[in-house]
Amino acid sequence: MPTSVIGVKAIVVGASSGIGREITRQIADGGGLVVAVARRGDRLEELAALYPGRIFPMVQDVTDHDSIPSTFIEATDKLTGLNLFVYASGVMPEVGPQEFNIEKDQQMIDVNISGAVAWINQAALRMQGTKHGSIVAIGSVAGERGRWEQPVYNASKTFLHAYMEAVRNRVSRYGVHVVTIKPGPVQTEMTERLKLKNAMSAEAAAEKILALRNRTGEHYLKFTHLIAFAIIRNIPSFLFRRLKI
Amino acid sequence: MTADLNRMTHVTGFGLVTGADSYLYRPTSEDEVADILELARRSGRQITLRGAGRSYGDANIGSETILLDISRMNQILHFDSAQGTIDCQAGVTLEQIWRHVIEDGYWPPVVSGTMFPTLAGALGMNLHGKNAFQAGPIGNFVLEYDVVFPNGTRRTLNQNSPLFSKIISSAGLLGVITRVKLKLKKIQSGDLRVLPISVPNWQAQFAAFEEFNGQADYMVSWIDCFAKGEKAGRGLFHTAWYLDDASDAPLSLRPEHQDLPDTILGRFPKSTVWRYLKKLNNRPGMKFTNWGKYLSAKLLGNGKPHPQSLVGFSFLLDYVPGWRKAYLPGGFIQIQTFVPKEHAPRVFAEQLRLQQEAKLESFLGVMKRHIPDQFLFSHGVDGYSLALDFKVTKSNKERVWQLAHAINDLVLTAGGKFYLAKDSTLRPEDFKQSLGDEAFAEYARLKLELDPDAILTSDLAKRLLLDPRSVG
Repeated sequence: MPTSVIGVKAIVVGASSGIGREITRQIADGGGLVVAVARRGDRLEELAALYPGRIFPMVQDVTDHDSIPSTFIEATDKLTGLNLFVYASGVMPEVGPQEFNIEKDQQMIDVNISGAVAWINQAALRMQGTKHGSIVAIGSVAGERGRWEQPVYNASKTFLHAYMEAVRNRVSRYGVHVVTIKPGPVQTEMTERLKLKNAMSAEAAAEKILALRNRTGEHYLKFTHLIAFAIIRNIPSFLFRRLKI
Repeated sequence: MTADLNRMTHVTGFGLVTGADSYLYRPTSEDEVADILELARRSGRQITLRGAGRSYGDANIGSETILLDISRMNQILHFDSAQGTIDCQAGVTLEQIWRHVIEDGYWPPVVSGTMFPTLAGALGMNLHGKNAFQAGPIGNFVLEYDVVFPNGTRRTLNQNSPLFSKIISSAGLLGVITRVKLKLKKIQSGDLRVLPISVPNWQAQFAAFEEFNGQADYMVSWIDCFAKGEKAGRGLFHTAWYLDDASDAPLSLRPEHQDLPDTILGRFPKSTVWRYLKKLNNRPGMKFTNWGKYLSAKLLGNGKPHPQSLVGFSFLLDYVPGWRKAYLPGGFIQIQTFVPKEHAPRVFAEQLRLQQEAKLESFLGVMKRHIPDQFLFSHGVDGYSLALDFKVTKSNKERVWQLAHAINDLVLTAGGKFYLAKDSTLRPEDFKQSLGDEAFAEYARLKLELDPDAILTSDLAKRLLLDPRSVG
């Protein structure tokens, strides 16, 4: 059974597709209110039309840092409050095994790192004053090690985990929940081309994330990931570089 | 519409049931108040006024608004001990006033059951006390006050100004009160002569009030809301008189004589009492407590007058510090309804019956006698009020609200009134009906005239559609 989201007033950044879209939909479906933020307005409108009066679309490009504070205030005014903030924006362009491409890398840094920091800073600043609410960021198991396939994607998620840990250490003392989610493979547009096996559906991932929203800390979405990544994190570097994982 | 996130804060009404996030500003001068109003006009953001935060419901909170907290405007400007007047910034509390004036033989003319409200809050709500049956609300003792209107104009209003009786009682929705000059009550002693009378039922309750009306200085009664049938309405009636003390400087006028003890029996720290109270703060526990209180009222001191300090008698709610925490995690609501005297016996008995039927008895019932007054949002009637405290939990909230609506409906059919400082449950049409079309139309006209951009608001104003921005 999905957790109750009645009374939730949420901002979801990255709400036009994937896990972010599904979280948005589930909050609205359960009776909560969401400001859905994304770059692609047409998709937001489509989603908002499904839940009139519960989803408020707001177009914002997370790489445009200057417009974040005013969008944030506009969103909290619209919601008349805020008790959940979700950063679900993330990009992972295809990078070849021998490719080093600053354009693609910069794109990941802008969205996965800078955008996350600019948005979460606003939420943390507000919530350290109001002393309630949850901040949820979608990290990744990819952030656990620097794996050969996706250097900058992995590093961007490692950054996000460390940044969220620091935010947690700052504001959880005020009663704010700070939650880092580390999903494994999830079927979304971002991962479509990877033809993932055993991938979790976005619906299932979103449901688990909403259930974890008040559980301060870092969370995997599968118990097997907890075990597997405990091992992977502890493989010595000289061995790790010889492994094809 | 930018706003400073560093100012974000969460505040709740006194009952802890509802809260709101808002941008906190704490001005220390009238100029700063004007600046905040200017900021609101420029940015389009609304303002909620808050004093000490003692209103039980949502009158002192406003989601995503600027919260103008007046409590730092707390300077006593002038005390005239010959005339018995005191001139204060509006964030001065009743406690500051009595401490300042008691040694010169004065006492605030009207006080609530707690000493912590600010004057701005006291005037905004037009609070009353246990002398309401002869003194009326505090507004009756205000000589003049300064107000800053939302458009920035500043005015001093006295009893001859047509707006005088409109801003007082308007729940902070028409202007910001920044300075208050109050007429004080002359007293000869810091003690009262208090007479407790145990009363066995409703009939005896009303008889006691009518017997002492006109000759007592204070009257209040406690009701055991668990008692049924013939015992319904039983409780403990208190009446009190000011005392004369012929000595030049009576010791009873010393603040230290007035101070409430911070321990029980000299040993037990009161600051921890709420934790024990919390264990009892459930239906069986309170049924037992109310029964015990009635029994002791009947057996001990019944009908025997005794001296009690003004503070001890007046500020019963301050006796156990932090007592509201005993209602956590859900908090509580208070409902105080005002019913004309000819209907009060029937309406109060029915209110009690409804609570018992719903198994949601108020843990505390308090009855007072009132008189009508001329203020805009007046809650005064020639009759009685009954104040009830209901514990709110996740599982009973809906039922408590249903009960409250049933109680409110009874009051409306009897031509009764409500008090916004105690309200959490009224619907817009309820308040409008209790106020009457004429007073409501006058409020709407004044709001349009004095606050055309609807800058002053609160979550209560939004709930009762007193904020034009929330209508339509």
